[in-house]
Amino acid sequence: MANAAKLVANLYRDSVSLMQLSASLAARPGIEQASAIMATPANLELLAAAGLDRGRLSPSPNDLLIAVRGKNAAELEAALAAAVSELEKPPVVAAGGGPAPMPLRSLQMAFSQAAAPSLALISTPGEYAAAEAMKALRLGLNAMLFSDNVAVRDEVELKRYARDHGLLVMGPDCGTAIIQGIPLGFANAVRRGEIGVVGASGTGTQQVTCLVHQLGAGISHAIGTGGHDLSAQVGGITMLQAIKALAADRGTKVIVLVSKPPSPEVARKVLAAARRCGKPVVVNFVGAPSGSIGGGNLHQADTLEEAALAGVALSRGKKPSAVVQKRKAFKLPRLSARQRYVRGLFSGGTFCYEASMLLGAALGEVRSNAPVDPRMRLADVHKSKGHTLVDLGDDEFTRGRPHPMIDLRLRNERILTEARDPEVAVILLDVVLGYGAHPDPAAELAPVLAKARAAARKAGRNLPVVGFVCGTADDPQGLTRQEEALRAAGMLLTGSNAQAARLAAAIAGRRR
Amino acid sequence: MSDLFNAPLSVLNVGLDSFADAIKRVGGTATQLEWVPPANGDRAAGKALAKLVNHPGVEAANAKAVERLLAAQPRLTGIGVAGDVLPRMGRRMILHAGPPIEWARMCGPMRGAIVGAILFEGWARSAKQAQAMVARGGIEFAPCHHHSAVGPMAGIISPSMPVWIVKNAAHGNVAYSNLNEGLGKVLRFGANSPEVIARLAWMQKTLAPTLRAGLERLGELELKPLMAQALHMGDEVHNRNVAASALLIKKLVPALLKSGAPAADVASVIEFIAANDHFFLNISMAACKSMLDAAHGVAGSSLVTVMARNGVDFGVRVSGLGKRWFTAPAPVVNGLYFAGYSMADAAPDLGDSAITETAGIGGFAMAAAPAIVRFVGGNAQDALANTMAMTHITLSRNAAFTLPALDFAGTPCGIDARRVVDTGILPVINTGIAHKAPGVGQIGAGVTHAPLACFVQAVGALSRRVKT
Repeated sequence: MANAAKLVANLYRDSVSLMQLSASLAARPGIEQASAIMATPANLELLAAAGLDRGRLSPSPNDLLIAVRGKNAAELEAALAAAVSELEKPPVVAAGGGPAPMPLRSLQMAFSQAAAPSLALISTPGEYAAAEAMKALRLGLNAMLFSDNVAVRDEVELKRYARDHGLLVMGPDCGTAIIQGIPLGFANAVRRGEIGVVGASGTGTQQVTCLVHQLGAGISHAIGTGGHDLSAQVGGITMLQAIKALAADRGTKVIVLVSKPPSPEVARKVLAAARRCGKPVVVNFVGAPSGSIGGGNLHQADTLEEAALAGVALSRGKKPSAVVQKRKAFKLPRLSARQRYVRGLFSGGTFCYEASMLLGAALGEVRSNAPVDPRMRLADVHKSKGHTLVDLGDDEFTRGRPHPMIDLRLRNERILTEARDPEVAVILLDVVLGYGAHPDPAAELAPVLAKARAAARKAGRNLPVVGFVCGTADDPQGLTRQEEALRAAGMLLTGSNAQAARLAAAIAGRRR
Repeated sequence: MSDLFNAPLSVLNVGLDSFADAIKRVGGTATQLEWVPPANGDRAAGKALAKLVNHPGVEAANAKAVERLLAAQPRLTGIGVAGDVLPRMGRRMILHAGPPIEWARMCGPMRGAIVGAILFEGWARSAKQAQAMVARGGIEFAPCHHHSAVGPMAGIISPSMPVWIVKNAAHGNVAYSNLNEGLGKVLRFGANSPEVIARLAWMQKTLAPTLRAGLERLGELELKPLMAQALHMGDEVHNRNVAASALLIKKLVPALLKSGAPAADVASVIEFIAANDHFFLNISMAACKSMLDAAHGVAGSSLVTVMARNGVDFGVRVSGLGKRWFTAPAPVVNGLYFAGYSMADAAPDLGDSAITETAGIGGFAMAAAPAIVRFVGGNAQDALANTMAMTHITLSRNAAFTLPALDFAGTPCGIDARRVVDTGILPVINTGIAHKAPGVGQIGAGVTHAPLACFVQAVGALSRRVKT
């Protein structure tokens, strides 16, 4: 094996473009591994950790570094040359002979040229995101921060400024929003309707909005608050603003709140605001004790699915429990006596958390890298033990690589690892569709499932794989097409995360 | 916030392109930024900047500063002797281009020019003596800018030298510049041979008095209309002054002939000016200086009022930040070099002439001067593009200086330090390139850019002054 590296001084590209470039280089003949990075100290460490050699190059953080490993020098050089020519491709020249318009470098520059902008959607690296959001607010724009790793201090400052100036900050770490039917970030194609959602969790919001759509109802707006909004420090500023806004919005008949349990003080404030808002409010604080919330216009939902069902029922003027989901019966495979454990591999953090809660109630101890009970934290996130649910979207897995909703490779490897474990009774998966997600997850997943099940069969076991697809028929990937492909690969598909978790619990908990 | 639900959603997307694609796919409106980390990734500077964007106090201060810049009416009122007319000019003081710098750090051309000025003043009889005098601390150095003055290249002004006097009739402030010696072996490029000193003496004894007589006859000369006309004739009034110099001589000749000055002097003066396509440059610079001085000193303003180089450091001053200089190493210009010379021979960027860009002409008015874009490395499209790019870092357009090639739009005018840092678009400067050795002269020309670091520092300083 040979290594080669090349430096392009003072050239910035965002991490996604660089990952695309890395992937296209890795796909070249004779190239075993390739990485194009901005040469920050952290990225250089990752490069070294990946076993790539940058030779004697000593780049500065503003330089772009390309490193490749492969069979022979000629192929390495060709790959580096291809990378440089890709990076140096000239911008498309404007028609009409005038000089090409300047690329829009700043929010202010774009603000002066775009048609009446109203919102800035920010997905820069986290360390720069707060500054961009502050610029947006200063320009009178609402802001959605998809970026994570923003300091809580900055979040508080941004949200207070926004509140004082009649603006809204969604996020940081806000994966999903739908405003006026327009998907922002990772969102699904759902019809417009009368149900307003306020979600502290992106995937939670995706599950609720998709189920609402599948049930024939629609979404007025779905506002993301970001994962820290309901902490004591932030105090639920965004959720409180969102409740007020949806209460005033004529198009919204029912409000659904989705979050992990807030700090008690914030919960009181949020529920008080919900109680006053004058519209039915469904509250799903994932993991909150059943029956702890309710009365008047408040309706507690124990799962995301229940929240969607209750929202749809209330929007139709019915009792929250009036709408139910059809449940499919499954023929469960025979398992060996040693096959006892559930192994859940999630791309959605809230799915992982909700499943942990449901499985914990049914089976007892469930370990996770993002556990409901802090004592159940996995010692090594790469090694499952007992019932284990892993959130592969968590920082420790996403540093330096795309999110598992975009790049399924890491989970695919883990599926094969779990399949070799004779104690595994069932593998539990989520599959997320929508804008921003992988263009065809079933195509990536199906061969891996076949391989995993074949390996288990060779070892004399059945290996059921349970899951659900979070999406809609209108999503770019197509819900039906995805479900059919996964069913054909032997996956047991339910209609929601909660159903999948319960099915997995039933399989693992069955007496043999 | 209610607008978020009711007004049509229009999204500015900073980051992942795919998010903008999704919005457009469902028929929404999204504008994709080509974002790079501002301030070269300096997070503290980025945060300081964020709090200044569209800040009401800064906006109001800038409006006031720009209004003063645009309202200024520079008039050429006469010629004086530096030691008599420059404010706070010391008897043994020599002014130089750019931000403050001590002798030990000065570049070759500046040292050569200082030696020449000492010889011209008669303070020493040889270069060696002159250097010894400087080494003893016998000469006080100060930037031209500290004395309401500007000078191209080394920018050397000593007490006996004649200076142009340009008065801003709108605000009453006055700016000064030395007189242009022509090309070749000249003091501003560091030459100090006897012919150079002889020319300076002639300029002092013949050129200045004759011009003074002519100007007295002519009366005060409005400079903005003359510069505007020159822009329409293919000058950008920094690196190309052919038209402006011709327009000036057109005004001067009748006045000189009627001035009563000796005919032989008038003839030699006209010959001298006619032979120098850059003669107007120093007047253009003084005009720009008078406009920008009027805009300086508005508390809270992020308007850049000085960009100047001393061949070692590039310095910037900002309206709301007083006398402070924000400096960074001056770049070596990657331009077109005359045959036999290369970047290895060049002194780093030098001279006060970037005052023209600071005022919104020069490189900012490149669209007016397609004739020299080849010389400074580019094509006619680049000329337009350079001017267009500057609109993104400026606060206004100067209606007095219009650009035919851009349908008579005004030149982009009034650099906003915030916008420079936010966009990473650097002020473009058309410049000549001096040889790093004293006295060789100009060895090329090109387009260079003001270093970002100056503006990053300025924004940081402003954020500490302005309540956010």
